[in-house]
Order: sequence, then C-alpha cells, then structure tokens
Amino acid sequence: MSFINYASREINCKIVYYGPGLCGKTTNLQYIYDKTNPSAKGKLISLATETDRTLFFDFLPLDLGTIRGFKTRFHLYTVPGQVFYDASRKLILKGVDGVVFVADSQEARSDANIEAISNLESNLREHGFDLRVVPYVLQLNKRDLPTAVPLEEMLQSLRVKGEPYFEAVALRGIGVFDTLKACAKQVLIELSRK
Amino acid sequence: MGASDLIMYEEEFQKIKELISKLRVDANANVVFLVDKNGQQIAATGDIDRLDTTSLASLAAGNVAATDALAKLIGEKEFSVLFHEGEKENIHISIVGGKVILVVIFDERSSLGLVRLRVKRGSDELNKLFHQIMEKTERERASGKVALESPFAEITDEDIDALFNE
Repeated sequence: MSFINYASREINCKIVYYGPGLCGKTTNLQYIYDKTNPSAKGKLISLATETDRTLFFDFLPLDLGTIRGFKTRFHLYTVPGQVFYDASRKLILKGVDGVVFVADSQEARSDANIEAISNLESNLREHGFDLRVVPYVLQLNKRDLPTAVPLEEMLQSLRVKGEPYFEAVALRGIGVFDTLKACAKQVLIELSRK
Repeated sequence: MGASDLIMYEEEFQKIKELISKLRVDANANVVFLVDKNGQQIAATGDIDRLDTTSLASLAAGNVAATDALAKLIGEKEFSVLFHEGEKENIHISIVGGKVILVVIFDERSSLGLVRLRVKRGSDELNKLFHQIMEKTERERASGKVALESPFAEITDEDIDALFNE
C-alpha cells in the first residue's frame, strides 16, 4: 500500500525481495546500500541470527529523488528465505507495492526456487494480492557459478507472466540496480493508473 | 493496492499533528509517533532529531506484526498494548482503530500509568479522525475524482529513468 502525503509532498512505496534461503536477497540490499549516496539512504537494518541468516527482515529506506515535486521514497524489505520462517515471511508482504523474486541459479536449488514462488503466490493471496497483477520482477542470481542452470531452462520453469527478468551476480552488483529499477518502474506506473 | 491506499491531505495532516502534540504534552512524553501498519511513518512530534524515525517506524510495525501473529497463535484477537521498559527511556506502543500504530517514548518525568491514560483518550480522537480520512479517500475514489490530481497521473519513462540517474 503506497502512502501519498500531500502535506509533506512525499510518496512511500514498499518493495519486497523474496526467494529461497541463501539466494542473495540480503546481498542485493547490501549492494544497493553500499553504492547509494549517503544522503539518499537511511540505515540498513538487518534482523539476523548470529550466523547472519535473516531472522525477520532487512530494511533499507531509499530516496530516489522527486517526480513532479513529490519526494519518491522506496522502502526495500527482504524476507527470511528459510522454509520454517513462513509466518514471518507472510507478515512482511503486508501492504507490498512490488515484489522482486531472487532465484538461485544453482542446479541444486531448482526445486527450492519453484517452491518459493508457489509460497510467494499463496502468501500474496492471503493478503488479497494476485501475483499475476502485482508489480513483479524476476532476478536470476549467481549466474557466475559453474553449476548455474542454462538461462532458457530457468525462464521456462520460473517465469510466471512474462515479467522482466535479469541475470545477476549480486555479490559483485551485476544486475542489482537493473532489477530494482525495473520493479520501481512498474510500481510507479501502477500508481499512475489509479 | 487499490482501495486500501491512504491519501493524506494538508488539512487532516495538520489535525493529526495537533492531536499528537497535545498528547505529548498531556502525557509528558519525549516523542509521539504515528506509523501505519506497513511501517510508513505518518507523523511525529517531539524530540525526533536524535532519532532515526524511518527505522523506528519500520521496526515498530514489524514488532506489532509479530506480536499480532503471536496473539492469533494462542487464540487472542490482538495484544492491544506493547510496552518496552529501558533504563532511561520506555516505549509504549498501541493500535488506534485497528489500523494505525501509536508510539509514545517517555522517561522518568512521566509514568506508565499517565501514558496509558492519555493514550486512551488521545486514541479516541485519533480514531475518529482516521475514520474521516478513510471515508474521504473512499468517497473521492468512488466519485472518480481525487481532490488533488495524482502527481503520477502522467508519469513518463523519462521521469523514471531520471530518478535513477541522479
């Protein structure tokens, strides 16, 4: 749910990074945080376990500048990817404006990707969202690994509605901003339709 | 998205600010803060310069969401009040009208009893106001016209590209 404040001329939108455990959701946020001008970002908050696994969420507020005199602010969240954190995952999808699905390209994670997408679909449905309607981008992460599944094969099994997709190596920042930009764009276009 | 979006206009925003400022004085609190359940800050008053208000909003909403889920697990409708006690400062979190989160930060100059009492009174007024805001948004949406034209009505690809090139 976007929040338009005409008094302070601000608009806030929420983008959630979703995907199976260890696919690189937090790495995406970390890279965005590292490469963003200090004046345009807030603190990166990570609620993680001692071993740096996301426990509840990561949160990064990002000021993208102004459109028509309105400050455009995106709140980026990640969910905990591990299967047993489903209750927490569900909570974070509340009021979402756009979703980035980060898939792990390694062959061994193929089933985990598919399972996570179907989990995303059912959790969205519980909040009254439809994956086929909600602004959505697919990121194929870890393309540099030797065990990466060929692109065509991944697209065939993971793409749900002809959404934009990006090949990425989040650790090195490849594809990270392209993914974010594509999702932000869909969110803003959705806003303009209302 | 759609019907649940919140649109805040100048008039209501001023009223909200007046209400929370009054609550802050009445409760002798340091900070009073309003957040929507998705973690977006709505308004804040008091000694907020020393605080990272964006993070505070997101964590308060996360906290409420997790506590709500806990309540449902044990068969409760909700836990309507959360209270965190610190060495110097305390945080009192409550839900207004089932939709908005009210955060009050106070120290030894106030007390939990006073804060609870004032929050209860202040919440009623805030609840009424948010009810009006929701109704207004609904009404305008139903009539197909929004009082102010959406700033994004004619957004172009160039506008969006420009955002990322700054």
